[in-house]
Amino acid sequence: MTTAETKKVPADWKCVVDSDTISRCISRITYEILEKNRDIQNLAIVGIRTGGEFLGRRIKNRIKEIEGLEVPFGVVDITLYRDDLSHSSSQPELKGTDLRFSVSGSRIVLVDDVLYTGRTVRAALDAITDFGRPSCVELAVLCDRGHRELPIRPDYVGKNLPTERNEFVRVRLREMNYQDGVYLIRKKK
Amino acid sequence: MTNTDIDYSRHLLGIEHLSREELYNYLDNATHFLEVSERDLKKVPALRGKTVVNLFLEPSTRTRTSFEIAGKRLSADTINMTASGSSVSKGETLLDTARTIAAMNPDVLVIRHRASGAAHFLASRLENTAVINAGDGMHEHPTQALLDLLTLRQHFKDRSGGIEGLRVAIVGDIRHSRVARSNIMAHLLLGNKVRLVGPSTLIPDLLVKENCFGEPLQVFYRLEEGIEGCDVIMLLRMQLERSAGGFIPSLEEYAREYCLTSKIVERYAGDAVVMHPGPINRGIEISGELADSPRSLIEKQVTSGVAVRMAVLFKLATASGEEKRE
Repeated sequence: MTTAETKKVPADWKCVVDSDTISRCISRITYEILEKNRDIQNLAIVGIRTGGEFLGRRIKNRIKEIEGLEVPFGVVDITLYRDDLSHSSSQPELKGTDLRFSVSGSRIVLVDDVLYTGRTVRAALDAITDFGRPSCVELAVLCDRGHRELPIRPDYVGKNLPTERNEFVRVRLREMNYQDGVYLIRKKK
Repeated sequence: MTNTDIDYSRHLLGIEHLSREELYNYLDNATHFLEVSERDLKKVPALRGKTVVNLFLEPSTRTRTSFEIAGKRLSADTINMTASGSSVSKGETLLDTARTIAAMNPDVLVIRHRASGAAHFLASRLENTAVINAGDGMHEHPTQALLDLLTLRQHFKDRSGGIEGLRVAIVGDIRHSRVARSNIMAHLLLGNKVRLVGPSTLIPDLLVKENCFGEPLQVFYRLEEGIEGCDVIMLLRMQLERSAGGFIPSLEEYAREYCLTSKIVERYAGDAVVMHPGPINRGIEISGELADSPRSLIEKQVTSGVAVRMAVLFKLATASGEEKRE
């Protein structure tokens, strides 16, 4: 489908969600969103860079296929809202926030690939509310790997992944020139 | 002047110490800060709890205001100090002033000083504070060069090659200009061709006699020849406070030979954009109608200035926090 060559993930990454399952997750989440938001007039999809941006766009496209309607779509970059900017070891690189619809009064579904501590979502909420006062914000994630550190819960979940804290979860998508997949990696000591 | 103890990645002292990659990194981040400045709520919490001291020991309105706005838009606590009304007017030395400020533990010190090398001097002596050079004498003004590049990058965003492969003419008082020095180094780093244009008295002799930059840097004494076929014309202010007046017969005579007008640009460099670091002297280095024409990027330069300074403060303030923690 893509013109660029598909990249391979390292051999020791364990695939825990395959590409068919990811497609079905996206479809189910989209139907759940539509079921809960009967009036899609004020609905908007916002993806968190980078993984959530691609998944959010897929949800937006599925809504178009099902309802024949374009819903507003935006992306947030949470770098400037992180609570660990002073502690991060690498130099933060900005990717940019792009919210071109009127945030005030909209019903936003925030999309991310992996939900972990909840700190990213906290930062994304701050970023969104800088643009206006949405009438509500819901959260959709492809994977919930547990270990929350803030009182944040998802409204739509693709897969619940029981994980250890010393494991990494990586999502690779065709938009990044990989085959779709969710991978579990053990941290090396 | 080179001090081997300085970790140049922790400060921004000059374009001289930047790699191409670092330069582009600043420009990339600055592009996103342009977006922040276009929001209704022009503030992000990135530098909450950080302190930025603007120590301006030379008159400056736009650079100081620009740094102050940049700091505030990043939620840093921004404090301004100027020569008048501070202990400097009571005879305190630069180092003592800086030590006093450093004892209050700011994360970033932005310094403007009439002495070349002032920023290096402070960077080599202050341990936990990142130093940003906001103009030191006739030496460098790195954030000005970065904001000029950001302005050009926005303007030339659809051009193949972007801001590389440009022909840039810098016109006027090169001798006294830190803006010229920083811009020359930035454009040579990008592989651009740079022409210096002005009366021979205002172009440093060394550049003419021993041009260590070689072919990419050329000197012209006639305005028309210098700008011919250029993509960018950068005009400089006659620095009368640095006794530029002693190098030319009179401002009127300078203006007769070097004042750029729309007519001259039209004839010799029809596609060129015109820049000026400000404050402009209408009728001396640039005609009023050219400064206000669509060719002029002067106002865009000011907008870029805030974004570039946000990018620089963001990088250095977050990096210095990391140092302190260890």
